[in-house]
Amino acid sequence: MLLPFFQWCESLWLGQFVVNSNWLFPVIEAVHLLALSVLGGAVLVVDLRLLGLGLKGQSPSELWRAARPWMIGALAMMIATGLLLFLSEPIKLYYSDSFWVKITTLPIAIAFAFTIRSRTTQDIVRNTARRQMLVGALSIALWVVVAAAGRWIGFS
Amino acid sequence: MSLLAFCEWLAATEGSTALRESLFMYPLVESTHVMFLLLFVGLTVMWDVRLLGFAFTGVPVSEMNNRLLPWVRIGFGVMVITGVLLFYGIPVRTYQSVWFRGKVIFLILAMINIWYFHWRVEPTVATWDKDARLPWVARRAGLASLILWALIIVFGRFIAYNWFDCDIQPQSAFVNWFAGCVVPPQ
Repeated sequence: MLLPFFQWCESLWLGQFVVNSNWLFPVIEAVHLLALSVLGGAVLVVDLRLLGLGLKGQSPSELWRAARPWMIGALAMMIATGLLLFLSEPIKLYYSDSFWVKITTLPIAIAFAFTIRSRTTQDIVRNTARRQMLVGALSIALWVVVAAAGRWIGFS
Repeated sequence: MSLLAFCEWLAATEGSTALRESLFMYPLVESTHVMFLLLFVGLTVMWDVRLLGFAFTGVPVSEMNNRLLPWVRIGFGVMVITGVLLFYGIPVRTYQSVWFRGKVIFLILAMINIWYFHWRVEPTVATWDKDARLPWVARRAGLASLILWALIIVFGRFIAYNWFDCDIQPQSAFVNWFAGCVVPPQ
């Protein structure tokens, strides 16, 4: 059902432009990886704190406020470069299990970060330590799946 | 024994062959290498932007050092172990890769920067621990770290590409020299 859409994506000039260059795909991939590192830091600083580790002298809400712009910036860069990578090989991705795992986990991870996890960092009474730990662990697990599935696309 | 001869010997060992030829081990090690980038470089970047005064200005630098360093160390340890394994699996080509050689140079510079920060900058931390805007020596260390780790990531990723491989000739004289290619005379 989605195949015609992926075929249409494959025909777009932007993807063809990337495919026809020796350098563009690797360079975009490298920027994607740089943004991943920033995203990892911005996510882990908060998640470690929710787990009761890392920067324990700070409140989770303060850390989240400080890390959020970095997370949003890194995500924007990842989506922009990811879209270019996608457009350069949509049909290959259509048949890649790793791609489907990644593309379904990604919106879940993003939604989780800016809703449940965001609320859990706030210093309200019902956010018990156990609840915060659960949310921190779940967040790490989600991003690990997204990143690992993303890397695995390259091996399939 | 030259380094190249050592790499050739390494490539012929049983372990190296098994790692190179295994269907899942090499990708698995490579993925682990990438995953721990999130922990190691990720937290390093957060530390650097604190030093530069871009974020976390309310967090004392000493707290960043004390509370993040153990995690950065774990990340670095896994990166080194998986990195050595990746080299072990494909020794000769990696040894003769301009990207790998560039990466090693940047890694050495990054180690010097860490050493400099630890021995020359950190001892005075008490006088500026809670400042939002840190002295130039501290900001400089953060900036150098950011640039070096970015270069290390990019060069590391490019090892996978064969643009400048020794078995693809002709290459420029610089590439052949820098990669240590053994080119038969024309």
